[in-house]
Formats: sequence, structure tokens, C-alpha cells
Amino acid sequence: MSDQASDSLSSSPKKNSLAELIKKTALKKIGPEDTVLVWPNLVYLELICMMVATAILLFLSLVSPAPLEELASADTTPNPTKAPWYFLGLQELLVYFDPWLAGMVLPTFIIIGLILIPYVDPNPLGKGYYTFKERKFSMLGFGFGLSLWWILILIGVFFRGLDWSWYWPWDDPHVHMPAGAVKLIDLQIILQNTLGLSEAPLVTLGRYAVTIGNLITWALFLGFYAVGFTVPFIFFRDFYRRLGFVRYNVMMFFFISMMGVPMKIFLRLLADVKYVLVTPWFKF
Amino acid sequence: MLKLLEQIRGIVNKTQVFKSIFRHGYPDTDGNRALVMFSNVILHLHPVRVQRGALKIKFTWCLGGLTFFFFIMLAITGVVLMFYYVPDTRRAYNDIRDLGTVIYFGSLFRAVHRWSAHAMVFSVWMHMTRVFMTGSYKPPREFNWVVGVILLVTTLVLSWTGYLLPWDQLALWAVTVGSKMAEATPFIGASGPFGPELGRNSGNDMAFALLGGTVVGQSALLRFYVLHCLALPLITALFIAVHFWRIRKDGFSGPL
Repeated sequence: MSDQASDSLSSSPKKNSLAELIKKTALKKIGPEDTVLVWPNLVYLELICMMVATAILLFLSLVSPAPLEELASADTTPNPTKAPWYFLGLQELLVYFDPWLAGMVLPTFIIIGLILIPYVDPNPLGKGYYTFKERKFSMLGFGFGLSLWWILILIGVFFRGLDWSWYWPWDDPHVHMPAGAVKLIDLQIILQNTLGLSEAPLVTLGRYAVTIGNLITWALFLGFYAVGFTVPFIFFRDFYRRLGFVRYNVMMFFFISMMGVPMKIFLRLLADVKYVLVTPWFKF
Repeated sequence: MLKLLEQIRGIVNKTQVFKSIFRHGYPDTDGNRALVMFSNVILHLHPVRVQRGALKIKFTWCLGGLTFFFFIMLAITGVVLMFYYVPDTRRAYNDIRDLGTVIYFGSLFRAVHRWSAHAMVFSVWMHMTRVFMTGSYKPPREFNWVVGVILLVTTLVLSWTGYLLPWDQLALWAVTVGSKMAEATPFIGASGPFGPELGRNSGNDMAFALLGGTVVGQSALLRFYVLHCLALPLITALFIAVHFWRIRKDGFSGPL
């Protein structure tokens, strides 16, 4: 991508069709006057970068040496037990999700989702320059996931104290927070109580006693995905057509799953929902 | 003074020793500046010429290079630390304490190692964000993005395995949190969904494979040590090589 092409693109993104873009970039030839020798131009820049980084590392190391706590002991559990900062986002998710989700399935989804990004983004625009206008959806989607990740980490690092309770910076970190009166309830129990549904199981499959409330939670859970897949398909036909069947479904699965994470968090915080979906083998 | 230095350089450049080490003359002419890139094993990661835009700091923020630099720093300080460390639960903690009290610059090496690790995790993340924001993962660079994600994972695992080695409370319990999650892996964890149904128990599940036992103990320390000092750095170095090679082959995406 040449400077010229990217400049004219960002100033008038609507006017440039894809064909024009390709023509323009293909025509633009790179002459020797546009390039510089790597030695000394880039090599020296790298050297300066390394020297600055070394200076910063040495400064930080002298100001704040590596900590060493007491000898490891299986008998004394520290409170709170915190993972390294870069995993605190996942540990914070443990408040809202069971370990198999927070620690295993969601991280796996994040990694696979990241790997798939180049394969589900067919937009040829915005290659090699910063732009928001030309790729709003991918920027917003990635930005949403990234901010979620960072917010959870910041909460884990700065706002979690004894018993993993919420501590403001001005709270005394050595005093336990009073145990909350909040009682978390499964969604199917909430449905049973509010709608007055029968608690008797309709069918019993081994250990699994399926009640009406349970079936409704299944419907809500699958409905969440169904609505997520269908709405853009109907209302944003262009979006669907550009992606195609496979890309659309793969991308939407990860996108909807990502949106589900904050939704579950809000359900838990605002409606005291413990699990959205309960089976004998796993709980959401 | 400057003239004198230049004269000395002129003489040194013509000696047999200099010519035997460097396969090119001093890079003060365009010819030699090009040659230095071809004939120097480290510098030949670079092309001979780049477009002016490649030098723009505000495009790359030097993040990929910095990540690599932190990796080198970690390798160097890590080797020094290995001289003084034995992965034995009875010794490990005291070895680390000795770094701060008995060994010259031991505390500094450990601190630089730790800060480089934090910095590497942070910069690899920032690098990924930058690459996304500039759309540099788009064709033909899709696979290099995949390699980058693998490097992100190995960076995190490297960092996490190193966390256990000091064998203090922080280390033990941070890794315990992680192993509890491994235990909850679906299908292959003893407490994960469908784990018990498939015959997984605490003696044959994912956490057992990770720790070499049911608790974070001697086997876990040895496993993490070998992973941290040998296996993962090699894997990471391999993928870094592929990553750089692909950058050269696919070209820069930037305003180049």
C-alpha cells in the first residue's frame, strides 16, 4: 500500500471502489528514491530502541527488584490467591463461570478466534494503515474483546482483595468485607418460582431430570445463538453476502460467544443468576 | 580526535583479522552497506533497502522488534540464573534467596529477567493489537498472524512456567490456580464436564500430566523447569524464525 493511495482513501472512502483501489496500488511503482538503505537508517533505529529499552529495564529493576515471598507451603493458603497479572482476566472470570469455562473453554475460544481472524475478514480495505472508517465492524469487534480482556485484568489486579471481594483503593486491604446477603439462584429456579412451573421432571435421562424450567433455559440459551445468527442474516444482507456461508457462521459463532460473556456477567450482577443452564455434567 | 579515530579505523579495516571476521568492508559506502546485509548472519534478517515509511515509528511502534529484544534479554539473563539454580524443592527457594544475598549482581539479573518477562508479555500483546489495527494480517500475511498467535501462547506459557521456579508462596499458589483449571478441562480433566464419565480421575487427567502428580510438588517443579529453560524457548525460537522469515517473504504491509 502506498502513502498516496492510503491518503486519498481515508479522505474519501466511499468514492473508491475496490477495482479503483487495485488499479491505483498496482500502478504506483516504487522507485529507488522511495527507499533507503537499511544500514544505517534502520539498523541505527533498532540500536537506539534496544538501548532505550535496556535503560528502562535496568531502571525498573533497580527501583523494584523481583519479590520473594515466604517458602512455598501447601499448609498455608494465601488470601487472596492471585495468578500472574496476565491471567487475572481469566481468574476474574472464575467469579462468573465454572473453571472448565473460565480456565479452559473460553481461553481456547480466544486463541482459536484470534487465529481465525484473517480467514473470516474478507475486507480488502485497511491493509497497512490505520483506519477506522473502512473497517468499522472488525475494529469494534476486536476493540470490544480487547477492552473486555483489559478491564477484567485491571479489576483482578487493583480491585480484588481478601476472599476475592471487591476492594476500592481506599478500603483497608487487611479487613475482610462483610459477607454479602446476595443469594445466587439458577435461572431455571427463578423461572420455576416466577412462572409457577412444576418442579417434577418431565423426563429422566439417567442422572438428568429434565423439568419444564430446565427446558426453557435450554430454549433461551439456544435462542440466544439462534437470534444472534439470524438477525444479521436478515437485516444485514450485504454483510452476509460479503462473508459467505462458512465465514459468516464461523465468525458469528465466536462473536456471539464473546457477547455472551459480558451478558452472563450482567445476569449474575443484576439478577443474581448463578447458572443460566444446568445439567448434571456441566453448568453454564 | 575524530580524525585520529577515523585513521585507526582505516588501518583496522585493512587488517587480515578484520577481513577474516567480516566478509565485507566497513559500511560507509553504499556498496558495502548493501553487502553487510547479505554477508552478516544476524543482519541478513533485514532486506538491503526499505521504503521510507518503514522507518516511521508511529506505524510499528517498534513493538515486534522490542518483543524479540526482550526474548534475547530473557535468554541471556536466564542462562546466568541457571548457573545458580537447582530445581529441587528443598533447594530452589534458598537458591533464589542467595541471588539477592550471596551472588554478585544476582538480584539485578533476577530483576531484569522478571521485568523483561513482564515487558515481553505486554509488548507481544501490544504488537498484536497494532498488527490488527493496521490490518497487517490480511492476505498474504494470514499465516504469519497465526504464527504470531502461537508465539503469544508460548510467551504466556513461558512466563507462567517461570512463575513456579522461585518456589515461594506466590509461585506455588499461582500455579495451583492454574492446575485447578487444567483439572476442569472438558473430557480430559478429572472434574471437567464428561471427565469422570470418560474414566478420568486425579491420577490420569490433564492436571496430572501437567504436574506429574496430584499436587504441585517436586515433579511439577522439574517439569516446569525443563519446559521453561529448554522446551518452550526452543519452540519459541523456532516460531520466531518462521515469523521473521515470513515477514521477509510476504513483505511489510505498512506505508512502505
